[in-house]
Amino acid sequence: MADTRFTGTSTYVATEDLMIAVNAAVTLQRPILIKGEPGTGKTQLAMEVAGSLGKPLFEWHIKSTTKAQQGLYEYDAVARLRDSQLGDDRVHDIANYIQHGKIWEAFASDDQPVLLIDEIDKADIEFPNDLLQELDRMEFYVYETRQLISARHRPIIVITSNNEKELPDAFLRRCFFHYIKFPDQDTMAEIVDVHFPGLKKTLLREALNAFYKVRDVPGLKKKPSTSELLDWIKLLLAEDIPVEALRAKDNRTAIPPLYGALLKNEQDVHLFERLVFLDRRAGQQ
Amino acid sequence: MLIPFFYTLREGGMKTSITELLTLLEAMKLGVAGTNVDDFYFLARAALVKDESQLDRFDRIFAAYFKGIEDTFGDMFEDLPEEWLRHQAELVLSEEERAQIEALGGFEELMKALRERLEEQDDRHEGGSKWIGTAGTSPFGAYGYNPEGVRIGQQGSRNRSAVKVWDKREYRNLDDSVELGTRNIKVALRRLRKFAREGAADQLDLEDTIDKTARNAGLLDIRMVPERHNAVKVLLCLDIGGSMDDHVRVCEELFSAASSEFKHLEYFYFHNFVYESLWKDNRRRHAERIPTLDITHKYGADYKLIFVGDATMSPYEIVYAGGSVEHWNDEPGAVWIKRLLNTYHKAIWLNPEPKNRWDYTPSIKLTRELMDERMFPLTITGLDDGIKALH
Repeated sequence: MADTRFTGTSTYVATEDLMIAVNAAVTLQRPILIKGEPGTGKTQLAMEVAGSLGKPLFEWHIKSTTKAQQGLYEYDAVARLRDSQLGDDRVHDIANYIQHGKIWEAFASDDQPVLLIDEIDKADIEFPNDLLQELDRMEFYVYETRQLISARHRPIIVITSNNEKELPDAFLRRCFFHYIKFPDQDTMAEIVDVHFPGLKKTLLREALNAFYKVRDVPGLKKKPSTSELLDWIKLLLAEDIPVEALRAKDNRTAIPPLYGALLKNEQDVHLFERLVFLDRRAGQQ
Repeated sequence: MLIPFFYTLREGGMKTSITELLTLLEAMKLGVAGTNVDDFYFLARAALVKDESQLDRFDRIFAAYFKGIEDTFGDMFEDLPEEWLRHQAELVLSEEERAQIEALGGFEELMKALRERLEEQDDRHEGGSKWIGTAGTSPFGAYGYNPEGVRIGQQGSRNRSAVKVWDKREYRNLDDSVELGTRNIKVALRRLRKFAREGAADQLDLEDTIDKTARNAGLLDIRMVPERHNAVKVLLCLDIGGSMDDHVRVCEELFSAASSEFKHLEYFYFHNFVYESLWKDNRRRHAERIPTLDITHKYGADYKLIFVGDATMSPYEIVYAGGSVEHWNDEPGAVWIKRLLNTYHKAIWLNPEPKNRWDYTPSIKLTRELMDERMFPLTITGLDDGIKALH
């Protein structure tokens, strides 16, 4: 089992609880459901699991119009009708018009694959229920060709959700669950280090301080997340912002440079500027 | 093994199932977690908890169970009065309240006292937790301090050997004991769906294709139709502010469920009762008002009208001109609601107040009469009944 343990990778810092959850899902061959604030690396996880275990990755990104059936297969009746008019030979075999979905592809994979079902909450409320049987037994039936498709190797299924809709209980019972909580300052330092190796210690510390201070501003609609922090640091490096600019002499007048990378909401930017302005005025008096 | 723990979880209000317990046991048998108690905690959490709002509860039960004091805790979160818990969100203290806390020796001291009191209470007799909830003079009840929010039991104890990760209770503010989940609301609202085909034609219409092809002497004539969409139209009028503050959460849930379920959803706010104007943005409620008559003219009679409000106010606010608490209304609210109901025959009123209290509030009785008894409690069954009444 030592070779199939996920322990994080050189580009992804996994906390211990996340590792246990992933390894439990891998060992028991059950799906794992990942939730958490946007930008905490939910989707990234599937890629890293596939990468570190050396398994092929199949990604199925869910949209509001996605149907469960599309993940299995689709039968293109229109193309077949058209071909029948043109006298195409392909028309005699219905299998020519069955288009494989992501789940079928994953089931047919030669190695045990990793299947990412991304943002499952975007789809219709019944969507997870429609996939219960398929994810449980790892097989489904193709009515058009009367075939039973079973997974050659039970895929490692990683499902992410942004909590826009609640998921049905029956579905949840079949999954392991992990909520990626927002990383604390130490874990964050590790994460940044993985992405920007050799970043100056002082810059990192000041940047993180400023970042957590922005996160602590009450009333923000969208708190900046890990991915925004990484973008921001990239910008700071690109613009060659000196450490001193991050370190305000007086705590109250601190306004981090390029904060547009951290705050994505117009109202938040406005609120933030107003707070800083009020603080400055209070500082002058 | 672990069966007592499983039952403790269920007693503590977790919805853990047997399947999940078996999964956990299987994972342990396969050696997913080592012999380390931290690993076991992480594994148990991944297998047994499926909702981040339950994580905090799980942490508490886990901590309590593995310290062998499950009884104390099991009782505690079952017996606490609900209203009391609801004040969790209102933990913003005023100046004088803060001063009172200072008098008690600061926040830490207050917590210590609260913890002691709870323990004391538990020693004395059962059901004693009400004592804290209802005692008006108790500093804890009065401020809406919630033992869930301030974490009783482990904080002050020096025994930090085995139990530590869950003792941090990092998921604290995600815990919410809300009765209605948005999923339930959405499932209830689905009943209101009325399908109609509109938009881009992207589905094969088999019957029409066969028909047209036959008429075309066998030459293929493919017919497409648009997919079926929910075409029901809803006007949602929400009471906001004042006595509705207690129900904000459930109203938000209803609102978020409704806005993702219906394409044609228009919402308006009112305060206590509907008068000659409503508004869409609460921050500009005085500046940007929309005349109620404009609404009835703009949105056709095929809209279904849903009021959400506790209808708890002075009866004068309904029956007298000038009765509104906020402004001078030339015509009484009763006249305005009649006008709305004349336009929209399909209308209901959803009331977040428990149904057994309705008879004691004259304004609720009055509103029910005005609505022809079409008032339903804002619960899943109430919503179900209400939706049926809308058909």
